[in-house]
Amino acid sequence: MNVFDLFRRRSSAPVARERLQVLLAYERRNRSQPDLVSILREEIMAVIAKHVQIDQDYLQVSMDRGETMSTLEIDIQIPNKSAVPMAIAG
Amino acid sequence: MGKVVVVTSGKGGVGKTTSTAALGAAVAKTGKKVALVDFDVGLRNLDLIMGAERRVVFDLVNVIQGTAKLSQALIRDKRVDTLFLLPASQTRDKDALTEEGVGEVIDKLRSVFDYVFCDSPAGIERGAQLAMRFADEAVIVTNPEVSSVRDSDRIIGLLDARTMRAERGEQIAKHVLVTRYDAARAARGEMLSIDDVLEILSVPLLGIIPESQDVLRASNLGAPVTLSEPLNTAANAYLDAARRLEGEDLPVVVPFERKGFLDRLLGRRAA
Repeated sequence: MNVFDLFRRRSSAPVARERLQVLLAYERRNRSQPDLVSILREEIMAVIAKHVQIDQDYLQVSMDRGETMSTLEIDIQIPNKSAVPMAIAG
Repeated sequence: MGKVVVVTSGKGGVGKTTSTAALGAAVAKTGKKVALVDFDVGLRNLDLIMGAERRVVFDLVNVIQGTAKLSQALIRDKRVDTLFLLPASQTRDKDALTEEGVGEVIDKLRSVFDYVFCDSPAGIERGAQLAMRFADEAVIVTNPEVSSVRDSDRIIGLLDARTMRAERGEQIAKHVLVTRYDAARAARGEMLSIDDVLEILSVPLLGIIPESQDVLRASNLGAPVTLSEPLNTAANAYLDAARRLEGEDLPVVVPFERKGFLDRLLGRRAA
């Protein structure tokens, strides 16, 4: 161990700063995600409910965030018994 | 109409209650009418820091539930007659506070006082969210330490999403108050510097409170440090922060406990 090692070991603040910057960049990105997905979920559900009767559980909305592009996956299952659109049924 | 300021942090033990007492007393000393509201239901401590623990009869929950009038629950400070305290309840019922009830109390306080300081509980749960809910401004108390900075960032996210102002599409003015700062250790690279904290949080600086024995002594005695020892370094830093909160453009000076050292770090401007 030389003098420089001693000095380097003491300067822990730059390490703290870098760890925080990396972590917070990640946490901030993820923070907005659940809210957006739940808003989308509610609004899609409302639109579908106007025409077809489905249960909340049959709608899956998920978002996958990538570096350059994100994908939004919407999976809606319409059970056969209520597959007839309400407009026609009524 | 008075201004509602939430003092918050996410992390516990960083100095929210101490800072609420010190800032509130500093503003009240200038003749402004100030109310300090303790939102830490079940774990109240602002009464103790203010030296009013033996004068608590009614509390915030009593007022919300209608068993006491606001005027009965407010405790006037014995040192500054424009300073009042609304203590939290010691009940263990977490749901004792309702959003509607808190809103009504804050509205009444706002119409009578120039400043209403809401001392938030630690965490990001209901109590913390209710404390910030009706705020116009926020003081985010942060220690120059990784977990505190991370939690502050989380709280900033909540302030921008869950407050009434945010929901109405308005800005909530945010200020960082760095407490327990040790300028010498920061200069040696052992502690995050003020610049590090500000750069990471991107929120303007309200003040820097040095790590100081005077702060502990003040809480031992039950007096806000700005009243008990207004001449010491920490008290001075709080007094300056209070003036900035009132809109004064004062340069932020990095405080230090030992004199003659680090003088060259003087002269930082408030953002």
